[in-house]
Order: sequence, then C-alpha cells, then structure tokens
Amino acid sequence: MTDLIPEFSWETVFLTPWREDVDLTIWIVATGFLVTTACGLIGHYLLLRRLALVGDAISHSILPGLVAAFAITGTTALWASMLGALVAGLVTVALIELIHRHSRIKPDAAICIVFTTLFALGVAMMSVLEAQGSIHLDADCVLYGEMTWVAIEPPLQIGGWTPVEMPGPVLRLLLLVGVLVAGIAFFYKELLLTSFDPGLARALGMRTQAWHYGLMGGLALVVVSVFESVGAILPVAMLIVPPMFAAELSDRLSIRMVWTVVHAAAAAVLGMHLAVWLNCTAAGAMVVCSSALFVLVWVGGLAVRRLRLRRVMRGGGA
Amino acid sequence: MESALELHDLTVAYHKKPVLYGIDLAVPSGKMVGIVGPNGAGKSTLIKAVLGLAPVAGGWVKVFGKSYRENCKRVGYVPQRESVDWDFPVSVMDVVLMGRYGHLRLAQRPTARDREIAMQCLDKVQMLPLANRQIGNLSGGQQQRVFLARALAQESDLYLMDEPFVGVDAATEAAIIAVLQELREQGKTLLVVHHDLANARSYFDQLILINMRLVAYGDTVEVFTPEVLQATYGGRLTLLDDVAQAMARRPALDSDRR
Repeated sequence: MTDLIPEFSWETVFLTPWREDVDLTIWIVATGFLVTTACGLIGHYLLLRRLALVGDAISHSILPGLVAAFAITGTTALWASMLGALVAGLVTVALIELIHRHSRIKPDAAICIVFTTLFALGVAMMSVLEAQGSIHLDADCVLYGEMTWVAIEPPLQIGGWTPVEMPGPVLRLLLLVGVLVAGIAFFYKELLLTSFDPGLARALGMRTQAWHYGLMGGLALVVVSVFESVGAILPVAMLIVPPMFAAELSDRLSIRMVWTVVHAAAAAVLGMHLAVWLNCTAAGAMVVCSSALFVLVWVGGLAVRRLRLRRVMRGGGA
Repeated sequence: MESALELHDLTVAYHKKPVLYGIDLAVPSGKMVGIVGPNGAGKSTLIKAVLGLAPVAGGWVKVFGKSYRENCKRVGYVPQRESVDWDFPVSVMDVVLMGRYGHLRLAQRPTARDREIAMQCLDKVQMLPLANRQIGNLSGGQQQRVFLARALAQESDLYLMDEPFVGVDAATEAAIIAVLQELREQGKTLLVVHHDLANARSYFDQLILINMRLVAYGDTVEVFTPEVLQATYGGRLTLLDDVAQAMARRPALDSDRR
C-alpha cells in the first residue's frame, strides 16, 4: 500500500511547481479556479430549485450534441460544439419535462431515462463516425477531460494579433465566468423570486418557464465550456459541492456566492499540489480537494453547533 | 360601482378533471370576504385561478374591470406558508422586498424607496426587529407575518390570501386580523381562504361558500346559516351539529376559538 503513494516531500509538492514550470502551474490553477467558479455559481440555482440531478443529465447528454454538431457541420470548431451542446442541453430539459408532465413517471426517474438514453445515443453515434474514420474522440478525454493540455494551448490569436497572453481555453473560461457573474448580478432579483416562490413570480407577471429555460441554457453553456478541461463527469461534482460548501458557511445567497469563489480558489490550488504529489490528473485532484473542503466545514459546523449547545445547556441548567 | 373582482362561469380543471365548476361572482370593493368550504372544495384553486396560477378551462376573471394581466399590480397575494422552502438562503427583508418586484422593471434593483416601504410593512406586522434574520429561523406565526408584510409591500387594492391563519398562534392571528381590518378601512378588498368556521362569522363581512360549485355568496349574516353550511359541507353532520349548537348558544362567536 505504501508503495502506491509517492513519498511526500514539502519541497517537491509545494515549492517546485512554483519555482519550475511556473507558467504551467499558474494556468492549471487558473483553469481549475475558473471551471469550479463557473460550475459553483450556477450550481446554487440548481440546488435551490432541487434540480441537482439535471446538472448530471445535461453534462452527459451534451455528448450526442457534440457528435451531431460535428456530423452536420463537419468541423470540430468551437462555435459548432457550443451550439450542438446548447441544443442538446435544452432538448434534455424539454424531454425531462415532457415525460414528467405526460406520464406518471417521477422527475428523478424521468431525468435518468433521458440522460442515459441520450448519452447512449452519443456513444453509438461516436462509434459510427469512428468506424468511418472521420473522427477520433478519446474516451478518456470525454470522461475526464485534460486540464494539463488545456493549460499548454496557444493563446487566442485574431489575425496574428494576440490580445492576451494566456492559453485560449483559459481566456474562454474567463469570458464564461464574466458572462455568468454579469448575468447573475443583472437578473439577481428575477432568478431569486422564480427560484423561491414561482407562484408569486407568475402572479407578478414573470415568465417562470422562460427563466427556467434561460437558466438551463446557461447550465448547458457552462457544462460544454468546462467539458474540454474536466470532461463530462467531474462537473457534476463541481456544480453541487461548492454550493454545499458555501451553504455551510452562510444563509444569504449573495454571501454564499462569494464563498463559492473562495472555495474554488482553495480547491484549485490544493488540487494542483495534490496532483503534483500523487502524479495524477489535476481535475480529479481538484474535485477531491473541493469535496474535502466541504467535509471540513460540514464536520466543523457540526462540532461548533454541538459546543454551542453544550455551553447553552450548561449556562441554562445551572 | 365597479367590482373589485368579477368571475363569470369560471371553470378550472387539472388534467381534464374539473375542480371548480361555473363560478359566478362579483365582489364589491372595500369588503373583507372569507372563502370557506370543506377540504378539496377548491378554495385555494379559486384564488389561484384569479392569479392565473390554475388552469382555467372556461369562463373569465376580471379585476377592477380588466383582465388580471392588465391589473396584476393591483393584486397582492399571500400563498400558503408551506408553498415555499423556508431553508432558502434569504432574509426576512429579502422576502418582503419581493413584494416590490412587481413595481420594478426587468433587472432593476430595489431602490431606497422600496426598502423604506418594506421596512414600514415589516413594522406593521411587528417584525422589523427580525428584518435581517434568515427566514428558517422564524416561528410559524412569524413566517406568516413575513408573507403578510410582503403582500402589504405590493401596495395593492385587492388582496388574495390563502389560509393565512394556519399554524399561527393566537397573538399572530389577532395581529393579522388587525392589519386586515386596517386594510379594509382604507378601502381595500380582501379575499381570505379560511378553514375555521368557528370564527369565520366574526371575521368577515361576506362569505363565499364553495364546494366545487358556488353554494352561496353574500353578507355573512345572511349566508352563515345551518342550511347553507349543510349544503356546503354535505354529509359532515357532526361538524355541522357542533357549529349549529355553538351558534345557538352564542349568536356572536367572537370569542369562540375552538
């Protein structure tokens, strides 16, 4: 067992990444931070609307969207993948609602039916295209993504001009987070009321269905944007764990959002060091650290409440 | 005089199964109206149909002479307390501010004036000291007061309230009644879904008695009779006997709480 775990050395795990390969380290941490932030921010609304499983569903069902986009346009260009994934995401949400509304099937079962079927469809379509030799998608990449490759990609260039000296995918993630933060800040009140009390929202004339689909479209956008760096499965954790972490620390949504960002930064840095130590995938290590941080505040919160209760009992029982 | 609320042949059906049939009503302004009837009679459905939250299969609704959509700003709503998740990460103040959202444009934030109104409404229900508390850390009665304050913040002319007295303590019930009476004195119209026959008579100017169909609507003194109650509640004779006896003993049931 001990042979399996590499020897821990403070020097190589914590200092070397920042001394050598500084660029790579920075971009890996930045990617992890941006991915976790994007997922975590939108994840709050999934948790509040009891849609945690829908994140799971969309992250799987974008696969057929990506393959179909390639089959139709013949390119793996970003815009095509984005469009394909967005359409697949919205189709998933619509199908789930359709099944739920017109049958006795409960929402959780409807979600499972839809996303496994769509994922299977995606796998089948992919193997057809592979057999024709027109595409090669690495299953490992689809499932786990590869953060290290993302970090060494060339910067975005517009006609030979480089606007920012950062890997293209990192810049795209930065834009995504920017759009997300702006969207949440701009429509904070609408998202809040349609999540908290859809009845009043509709009575006030808000189109709750439109907000639902808008949010789901945003979710599809996030999931497809983080797909290349963390794959299809890890976002499921990143959508849910950071909001849970924040929920342990605050009972105000706006403050929880801030905690999500702090958590994303901590998980990214710690995850990078864990990956260096264990020589493993950075994305996986970051999610492990993210969950570890959640367990820490959860157990910590339990202990604090227990202590407080004991103090109150002692004070009051005298 | 223009009716605050007018329903014509209103039929509501969930999954093609009607729950309200052909309701005809015209409620004048400035009245406090109770909606009573047995469980499953469609009391909540009636006010949800007015608000466009229940599927209307036929007939129409008019609020101050116009469609609900045109006049939705003039309607305040207090949903059932259990209809929302009280673990939601918002404060008392946040919830009351939601009452102002109908007066704000898309993406517009609540203004200082909205906050001021929200504070006044909280003060009216004696909840101002708890403005910053998370809503889960409130008693049932306090949560109901928050919902009432939110409806007050809507600054409407017609208020629709779904069981505002369920699970609240006597002090809160009295406080809510005082606020409702004040609203009526300002000329507002109130429709309140109510389940407790014992005090329905003392609380409301008028009663709507329904059991999937409209059984009776009119001034409380006229419709609160054993015959009408019998027609509304059907076979539940024991309950009716109790009420009838209580009525016989004490013509005015003001102090009678269970």
